Amino acid sequence: MFDALTSRMSRTLAGLRSRGRINPVDLEVTCGEIRTALLEADVALAVVDSLIAQVQRRGLEALSLKQAGINPGQQVITIIHEEILNILGTNARSLAVAKKPPTRIMLAGLQGSGKTTLAGKLALWLKEQGNTPLLVACDLARPNAVQQLQIIGEQIGVSVFAPEPGNGIGNPVTVAKAGLVHAEQKLFNYVIFDTAGRLGVDVELMKEARAIKSAVEPDDTLFVVDAMTGQDAVNTANAFNTGVGIDGVVLTKVDGNARAGAALSVTSVIGKPILFLSTGEKSTEFEPFYPDRMAQRILGMGDVATLAEQAKKALDEKSAARLEEKFVTGEEFTFDDFLEQLQAMKKMGSMSKLLGMLPGMPGAQGAQLKKQIEAIDDSETDRAAAIIQSMTPQERSNPKIINGSRRLRIARGSGHEVSSVNRLLERFAGAQKAMKQMKNARPGALPQGLPPGLAAPTSARPPQRPAKKSRSGNPAKRAEQERG
Amino acid sequence: MSLFSKFTSLFTRGERAVVDWNDLEQTLIGADLGPALAQRVSTRLHDARDLSLPDALAELLSPAERSLQVATDGPTVILVVGVNGSGKTTSIGKLSAYLARQGKSVLVVAADTFRAAAREQLQTWAQRTGVTCIAGRDGADPAAVAFDGVSQGIDQRADFVLIDTAGRLQSKEGLMDQLTKIRRVIEKKAPVSEVLLVLDGSTGQNALSQAESFTAAVDVTGLILTKLDGSTRGGAALAIEATLGTPIKWIGTGEGVGDIAPFDPDAYIAQLLAQ
Repeated sequence: MFDALTSRMSRTLAGLRSRGRINPVDLEVTCGEIRTALLEADVALAVVDSLIAQVQRRGLEALSLKQAGINPGQQVITIIHEEILNILGTNARSLAVAKKPPTRIMLAGLQGSGKTTLAGKLALWLKEQGNTPLLVACDLARPNAVQQLQIIGEQIGVSVFAPEPGNGIGNPVTVAKAGLVHAEQKLFNYVIFDTAGRLGVDVELMKEARAIKSAVEPDDTLFVVDAMTGQDAVNTANAFNTGVGIDGVVLTKVDGNARAGAALSVTSVIGKPILFLSTGEKSTEFEPFYPDRMAQRILGMGDVATLAEQAKKALDEKSAARLEEKFVTGEEFTFDDFLEQLQAMKKMGSMSKLLGMLPGMPGAQGAQLKKQIEAIDDSETDRAAAIIQSMTPQERSNPKIINGSRRLRIARGSGHEVSSVNRLLERFAGAQKAMKQMKNARPGALPQGLPPGLAAPTSARPPQRPAKKSRSGNPAKRAEQERG
Repeated sequence: MSLFSKFTSLFTRGERAVVDWNDLEQTLIGADLGPALAQRVSTRLHDARDLSLPDALAELLSPAERSLQVATDGPTVILVVGVNGSGKTTSIGKLSAYLARQGKSVLVVAADTFRAAAREQLQTWAQRTGVTCIAGRDGADPAAVAFDGVSQGIDQRADFVLIDTAGRLQSKEGLMDQLTKIRRVIEKKAPVSEVLLVLDGSTGQNALSQAESFTAAVDVTGLILTKLDGSTRGGAALAIEATLGTPIKWIGTGEGVGDIAPFDPDAYIAQLLAQ
């Protein structure tokens, strides 16, 4: 997600890391580059400037101190990390819980920011934790928004309160009130109000949003903002904060390649924390926001913790342990493993998304690996599964024996062209190679050791280790280590 | 302070007072032009003393044709693409109304078979604007739905066939391939006259990546720049014009049926510089 910013930062910081000394001129140049990187990432101008000013001031201080044994380049990195973390971590917290249920959550934001999709994800997330959420359809403006919420509710098995058909019919304030009463009567412990998209400059609609808010008195009013938003993020966030009053932020469409500078802009300007990230179109593609993970990610340090968590969710313990063993013993990676991984990956979310979480895979090798992994998408997974299932057990464990006539048979059996089988075989070879590379990757193959200041919070383990193993199923073990 | 008073001398050609170039760059960055393009504009103004700021921005606009390409034979097929939430369905609704008002027969095709209630949203729009809507089942192959839509457009001798597609983030290769396939399948029936990329006016520098990827997938012929009714200024679209030469063809300014207009360069530049 923060890919582009990360790669730019990586380049800038690589110079710093490798250099033993840094002088004020270097600092100036570095700050200039970081500034451009942040602007290209759509971080609001004012936020960038104050961030850079801080880094410069503290960087000069650090230079003047000349502490023995501390690499000044590392110091600058530490400073940037801290400053970004400062902004992202403002008042970090999780979702509010009302003393007396139901907990009321109101969603507000611009048109197309992803409120309705998010409402479903949030409801599913709450449901998975044993809660009983109710969705209330207060977007009566956009054509068929009510129906969209109803369909989503059905898909995820969550009740939807939608007394009005929408499409301009019905009063959202009345619906919100009635929804709250319904939730209280039926003993739902969370109630989520999906409201219509509106512009910060639209006085009438802002009034309406405020009316909904005062009618239901939400415990958490969440501002939903598109990760691709540009410089206007600041104006919009301000307008919603003054117009409706925001308690927290949800960043959506984080699965794209947007540099998502809006995350920094919004939190910095309104001083409210990001609570969640919305990372895809499926209802499960949703995760809590961890400022430290995001700050590390921005600095090209990867997001191992999230990856491990998702992997744990997707791979059951048994198969994880089996893959883990394969890895340790160096046993050949087979089509059965490949299939299992494909299915686990599908559960976890898209491959490219996962790859973004892996720390330190720069350069040609990283790019190549990334290309291979990105080339596999979800619908492809189903096709690949069909092809693999048309192979004999012998073929699966020893793909080398798959010759022309076997290919033809597999193609016929799975209802595909031979070219599809060939493609899959190529991909498998690529994955096999990647597995070997990861397995053989020594710490030295990864970026130079992280600065001690940054590694400190997770210093219990070398940061490189999970990277080479995480795709093999190791995360279960990793998570265990983390718990310990 | 308005931008105009801040940079008065830049709005006229000829002699100019001392200009705070940094300030100018920052203002342009604030309009989402991006740091590189902002610097380019500022350098250009610095070097060409007889150029005004609006002129310098106008220079960046694409020379490409901005009116809709119309098919000479059979219906004009327009494929509408974009990322999630950019306003594709709403834009098709408004565009179909615009064309219908000009006495054209329009058929809209709901090939977004993925998002919940996307089909119904387009059907509601079609009812509102009195055009025909062709839709497939949920989860149907969007290429097949589009193909059927175009076939019906030909049979019904429609002037325009507008095809709505599911929103997709440009980084998802599988979904982009699907889009390529949709186009390929349609073209077995009739040529696609226009591929319009719907771009949210508040999008930042990611807009360029969107335009690049969608162009690579389906050869985008123009932009519909939406949601320009807020505080956004839509400068990222200028970056697309300047670097890729893809012209903005339509501007969307709200949720009403009439809130769409052909691109007007002067109005757009005025909006960019509004503060």
